[in-house]
Amino acid sequence: MFKLVKRLTSVVAMFAVLFTFTTETMAAKKSKTLKNTQKKGFVRCGVSQGLPGFSNADAAGNWTGVDVDVCRAVAAAVLGDASKVKFTPLSAKERFTALTSNEIDILSRNTTWTLSRDADIGLTFVGVNFYDGQGFMVRKNSGISSVNDFKAGVSACTNLGTTTELNMRDFFNSKGIKYEPVTFEKADEVVAAYDAGRCDTYTTDKSGLAAQRIKLSNPDDHMVLPETISKEPLGPVVRQGDSVWEDIVRWSLNTMIEAEEYGVTSANADMMKTSDNPAVKRLVGAEGELGAALGLDNEWSLRIIKQVGNYGESYKRNIADTGILPDRGPNELWTKGGILYVPPAR
Amino acid sequence: MENRGITFGYGFLTQESSFDVQFSLIEYDGSHSYFRAYLVGLLNTILVSVIGIIFATIIGVVVGIARLSSNYLIERTAAIYVEFFRNIPLLLQIFFWYFAALRALPLPEKAEPMFGVFFLTIKGFFIPAFIWNNLYIFIYSVIAAIIAIFFVRAYAKKKQENQGTQTPVLLISIGLLIILPLLSFLLGGVDASIEIPVIEQLSKTSFTFKGGLKLPPELISLALALSLYTATFIAECVRAGVQGVSKGQKEAAASIGLTPNQVLKLVVMPQALRIIIPPTTNQYLNLTKNSSLAAAIAYPDLVLVFAGTALMQTGRAIEIVSITMLTYLTLSITISIFMNWYNKKIAIKEK
Repeated sequence: MFKLVKRLTSVVAMFAVLFTFTTETMAAKKSKTLKNTQKKGFVRCGVSQGLPGFSNADAAGNWTGVDVDVCRAVAAAVLGDASKVKFTPLSAKERFTALTSNEIDILSRNTTWTLSRDADIGLTFVGVNFYDGQGFMVRKNSGISSVNDFKAGVSACTNLGTTTELNMRDFFNSKGIKYEPVTFEKADEVVAAYDAGRCDTYTTDKSGLAAQRIKLSNPDDHMVLPETISKEPLGPVVRQGDSVWEDIVRWSLNTMIEAEEYGVTSANADMMKTSDNPAVKRLVGAEGELGAALGLDNEWSLRIIKQVGNYGESYKRNIADTGILPDRGPNELWTKGGILYVPPAR
Repeated sequence: MENRGITFGYGFLTQESSFDVQFSLIEYDGSHSYFRAYLVGLLNTILVSVIGIIFATIIGVVVGIARLSSNYLIERTAAIYVEFFRNIPLLLQIFFWYFAALRALPLPEKAEPMFGVFFLTIKGFFIPAFIWNNLYIFIYSVIAAIIAIFFVRAYAKKKQENQGTQTPVLLISIGLLIILPLLSFLLGGVDASIEIPVIEQLSKTSFTFKGGLKLPPELISLALALSLYTATFIAECVRAGVQGVSKGQKEAAASIGLTPNQVLKLVVMPQALRIIIPPTTNQYLNLTKNSSLAAAIAYPDLVLVFAGTALMQTGRAIEIVSITMLTYLTLSITISIFMNWYNKKIAIKEK
């Protein structure tokens, strides 16, 4: 008798589970992170402690940068307002722990996508918003014009806890050069130490070098060597285990890139609703039900484009116009000779 | 943890670390394991703590006694030093010594040699190194000398108790420490030559020194900041200790015919030490723990190497932070046990 009851209950429970799955797809789609974000009314975003062009706060505390724009895009999609983001500046060392311990929901902090980070420590990378590579900065008068001019005994300043430390070792080892790594916890100290002459070279991602060079006492006395010693695809990261949230962040970023590809800008997005191109119409929510698949309304992508702009606008505003890297290099659309290529939104 | 996709385990300690460290006491590079990286960090922490404790004690005792001086100028100078250094946050002092002093130091090519062989530059303090042959025999001879000194001391004490005559223990000790290692050179086949640092050009405008020993500027400024800061507290402990010995003790000692030196050595100091040691132990512990601020100025201590780079590369926050905490706990307890033992040794022994 008892056995029968037990079996019956389990059958009922199984049906109940099936039932919820089939009838409440929408609710199931609503991920925990999405639910919490909508309840709080803001997106919790982890950014750098100040890297011009990527994530940097001005005197009034307004954050700007391409990394910042990813979080703003998510806020526009999920909450309808790109300004509803709470930024948390994090050091390289703190960033992953802040994400896995649930203090932030998106980590958009010039973070390199690697296998071990993606697979090992409870994180998921959702895409690439900047293709970068590690380079070296030296003093112009040093006579060093290529990485082949480095000699044994060279001291290199860099940041703690980044892929830079590993690439640097691989690079100098492959050249058979004994070097002295000087690693600081914060970028400002690296810049200060290099500026003072503690190190012969400063190595980090090339975009970082370009941005930090401005902080040196005489920026014109320094130059970035032409060689790139590593691949550094930088992109936003989310916690592992919430695939809906992961999709929302991924497609918010993809929407910005795809919008540029189809020539949809913050200025003309509304007019594009009547475009002849179905791909464009889908992008601005005039056709299809793409939002529902993410648990959002159908105007989510339109809001991203209107409030944040497309990728090209974001790049121009943050990186090109500020003089950091006027040339887009690999961060140009695939149709224009770059490697920005995103899956179609359909 | 499982919910968040985090796995737990200490297996990573045997993996290849694949990052290099600027300064290490044992042989290490990226092909060694994370455990070895841990040892590198630990030894560097111990090194800066030991240097810091030694200098803080010396400066502390000198300043503490200077504060008791009847000379107004000396007393005031010591007081100003104490008030100034103990009231500025340590992290600021570390930054000051590192960045301000770093900028004041010359580039390697402009460095003036001290005594012809020492070079203090922005890239570090380059000093001559000894190149040893049969170093172990030399070390044995030093150990033998130290053991012999213990015997001499025990003998001298016994002799004084039995016959009342004093033996010049200090002179004999110094003699032993010189003669035994010297014999190892003459008879034991020990041989040491000195390697002097030589300037080397890296590029058109950048230079460094090759050969000899290199003390990184990070170590020097950290040790300097830690010892100057902690010395102020130790100075106050010393002052309290000496003032805590009642005047009557000194007068009584003088009245039985002890010389001023003997009064200090046999009457005042033994009593003052009992007051000085317990609070000084606290300061030693503080210094050791404060050395973790090293991360700010790139000195590769336990926090920077292990709880910094290693944590970042492996993502094993819980494991690494727990190991680091346990390590500091062990270090602190070891210092405590030693100081408590010493404290007990000098405590009043009721007979």
